[in-house]
Amino acid sequence: MTQLATFTLADHLFGVEVSRVQEVLRYQPSTKVYLAPEAIGGLMNLRGQVVTSVDLRRRLSLQPRTQDAEPMNVVVRVDGEVVSLLVDQIGDVVDVADDVFETPPSTLSAAERELITGAYKLQDRLLLALDIDKAVDVG
Amino acid sequence: MDGLEGMDEIVQEFLVESHENLDQLDRDLVALEQQPGSRDLLSSIFRTIHTIKGTSGFLAFGKLESLTHVGENLLSRLRDGELSMTPASTDALLRMVDDVRKLLSRIEQDGTEGDVDVSGAVALVEACLTGAAPAAPAAPAEAVAEQAAPEAPAEAAAEQEPPAQEAAAPAPKRRTRKTTTTRRSAKAAAEPVPTEEPEMVAESPAPAAEPAPAASSVALHAVETEASVETGNRRSAADSTIRVDVDQLDLLMRLVGELVLTRNQLIQRASSDHDMDLLRMTQRLNLVTSELQEGVMKTRMQPIDHLWSKLPRVVRDLSSMLGKQVSLEMHGKETELDRTLLEAIKDPLTHIVRNSVDHGIESPEKRVAAGKTAVGTLRLRAFHEGGRVVVEIADDGAGIDPARIAAKAVERGLLTQAQADAMPEREILNLIFKAGFSTAEKITNVSGRGVGMDVVRTNIEKIGGTVDLTSTVGQGAVFRLTIPLTLAIVPALTVECCGERYAVPQISLLEVVSVDASRGTAAVEQVSGAPVYRLRGRLLPLVDLADVLGLEGRRRDGLLNIAVLQSEGRTFGLILDRVLNSEEIVVKPLSSRLKGIGVYSGATILGDGSVALILDIQALAARTLRSDATERLSSIETQATTVAEVERLLVAQVAGDRRVAIPLDMVTRLEEFPSDKVQHVGSREVVEYRGEILPLVRLSQHLGSYDDGTHERLPMIVSSRGGRSVALVVDRIVDIVEEGVKARSDVDDVGLLGSALIQEQVIELLDVRQAILSADPHFPLDPEPYASANGFGAGEGFDPAAIAAAGFVMEGI
Repeated sequence: MTQLATFTLADHLFGVEVSRVQEVLRYQPSTKVYLAPEAIGGLMNLRGQVVTSVDLRRRLSLQPRTQDAEPMNVVVRVDGEVVSLLVDQIGDVVDVADDVFETPPSTLSAAERELITGAYKLQDRLLLALDIDKAVDVG
Repeated sequence: MDGLEGMDEIVQEFLVESHENLDQLDRDLVALEQQPGSRDLLSSIFRTIHTIKGTSGFLAFGKLESLTHVGENLLSRLRDGELSMTPASTDALLRMVDDVRKLLSRIEQDGTEGDVDVSGAVALVEACLTGAAPAAPAAPAEAVAEQAAPEAPAEAAAEQEPPAQEAAAPAPKRRTRKTTTTRRSAKAAAEPVPTEEPEMVAESPAPAAEPAPAASSVALHAVETEASVETGNRRSAADSTIRVDVDQLDLLMRLVGELVLTRNQLIQRASSDHDMDLLRMTQRLNLVTSELQEGVMKTRMQPIDHLWSKLPRVVRDLSSMLGKQVSLEMHGKETELDRTLLEAIKDPLTHIVRNSVDHGIESPEKRVAAGKTAVGTLRLRAFHEGGRVVVEIADDGAGIDPARIAAKAVERGLLTQAQADAMPEREILNLIFKAGFSTAEKITNVSGRGVGMDVVRTNIEKIGGTVDLTSTVGQGAVFRLTIPLTLAIVPALTVECCGERYAVPQISLLEVVSVDASRGTAAVEQVSGAPVYRLRGRLLPLVDLADVLGLEGRRRDGLLNIAVLQSEGRTFGLILDRVLNSEEIVVKPLSSRLKGIGVYSGATILGDGSVALILDIQALAARTLRSDATERLSSIETQATTVAEVERLLVAQVAGDRRVAIPLDMVTRLEEFPSDKVQHVGSREVVEYRGEILPLVRLSQHLGSYDDGTHERLPMIVSSRGGRSVALVVDRIVDIVEEGVKARSDVDDVGLLGSALIQEQVIELLDVRQAILSADPHFPLDPEPYASANGFGAGEGFDPAAIAAAGFVMEGI
């Protein structure tokens, strides 16, 4: 069994290992970093710590969010650093059985295939497992 | 500490302790060379080695044990006076320390002694022992003494205040008959602390805190205290200090930074509220936070001695290699600064010290010949000044000759002769920090001080410091490093551009120029497409922050702010929309994902809780001033200021409002005659001057302008050469300026060579040759009057002050 924290991005359901998640936050105002890679969402103040956010929509080459949609933050730890993932909606923490796991479906885009380790076949829909380390590796 | 992960805790402890001990050893050994007979030093060294030996035996590091064992034998015999110190034994001991170091670093890597070969060092030490039996009889007694050795550092560290240490050196016998419990109060009172004098302990035995004060150990304590006093060392002590993980300190620092920001926000909010209780509480919070911040910052501070302790060895090795005699003095080793800064100045400092020994201090023969002592002095001084730390490295060597530096700079094309002549000595000396300068082999051969100095400056500037050099030929040179106390909190200017806020570190900031709406757009001019601003007559290359970062939405009210910044000796202006505030900011490191961008040096959190990026001025300058547009500018700048054709021009007003420039070389004197003294010789106008007939050229007429000729007095520029003189009549003498010949437009006009934009005016360049020849065809002119600033007129230097002296009014253009 694996515990995954789930969230949605453009109607896809994604999951990351719950142990990597530090916290989940509502929309936070952030400072844009000009000249930064496109997938960098900005910098936000997380209780005095400056945290870089990665816009997963951009990272996965999905349609950009509409202007008025405010992303949520999934704050994760990567190499001792704290990074926030910008997602559409936060979902539940779910337990998934390893035997429903399958390698990525070939229908995924190239960008998605790179970052998605596979899919858990849930009852009603697919849960895509995101590789956090690759997702935040935008430098 | 990564390399230590997973290793046995005891081994870790051993390594950390041993490294400290090794530093102590280096110092002691070098000190020992100065006073070979010092039994205190020998005892100290002996104990250190013995400690390492004891533990290495326990941890089964065989090579380490055998190496330290043989070293210990030599030391004990030296200490007991059975052998005396020789250069060979010093070398052998140093070699041993080196090998111990190698072994330890090997152990640190993989927990084994690996293939480090210690046989050479062992043989050397054994040779010094000259086959005599190891000092076995002494061993048992030592062993007992050693038991107490770990205590010894406690005594040394108890006297953290150096004054106390020094005061203790003369070792007053019975004045302070205090037990160990009084150590702290004694320290506070800065009283001499001759802890554990033998008699003292004998009379009032130390309480239980001192386990088993066997006679020999007590004796050793006393010796230890004195030894540390001599070497000025501070050792860690279990009862007054603890080791803290640096990461832990960083975390604390971060949390405190966070607290500071929260406090700021709270104070802001509370002051707009009318709740008096809340206000009082926030004020208390304010005080506590400030103290906490200060306290935590202090925990990260380390005395500069941590760096300096390595230097005696460096100086010793280098000077013996070079056949020089150098005595190293260190003052203010207790001066503290942030550990990250210590790390950052380590290499620059070592580099300067090496340089001073290598190139500053002369060989003993030369020194004696120059009437100095054979032994050169290298003096390090550290102290706090105005919230910064100053580190001075002074030698009493040959000094640096500015004339040689200037000559080389001219040779390298970095300066023109005229510039070099006009440059203050101090600035010339500081040329050695220029990148182009220091890499030139020739210069290093001649001046000897150029190697890598640009790197020194770069590294120091990186941490917001400065480096400066002063020197007196024949008497020595002083390098002066000025370093901030800490990097975590820096003064900065918060600015706004296109609605985005950024922080500019004050250290790079020279001034802020505000240009009002009426001038805003006109004030920025273009030089070959690169924007410039005339700042007090100098062209300031401009960088628009909006362009650099790709910002949009510039304010359109025409107001313009230019932050004048300096980086690596280059000055440029950064165009911004607004300057918001000047405040102390807490610097937060940038995510590794963003470091590659190279325009930001960090981030900070502003009073309202939002994040602002800190601009990396060094990187910004390097990035933008190297770019295409500014390349052109800098090439023009180069022509204007650094190509060998800058000259000084005399500017005069003619024909109402025209201004012409004449190379100063052509000017011998300035004169003024009443117009009624002008006589006519044929078609020529002349005046009688010092018994000569001086032909006149009215420049207004010469240049084809109408001249009403009604002036009462005629200002003249007299040019003399080879016994002949010509006077050029102008309306008014205006100024003397410096100008590059090449940055001129070609104006095809009668009597002119072209025109130049000098300061705020278009100035016409007079074809002096033609003008003079029109008055005196036999005037001995060189073929190309403008070719060189030094081409002619040698020995006829003209002092601008003479203009004033001659009664002419000088005005800025």
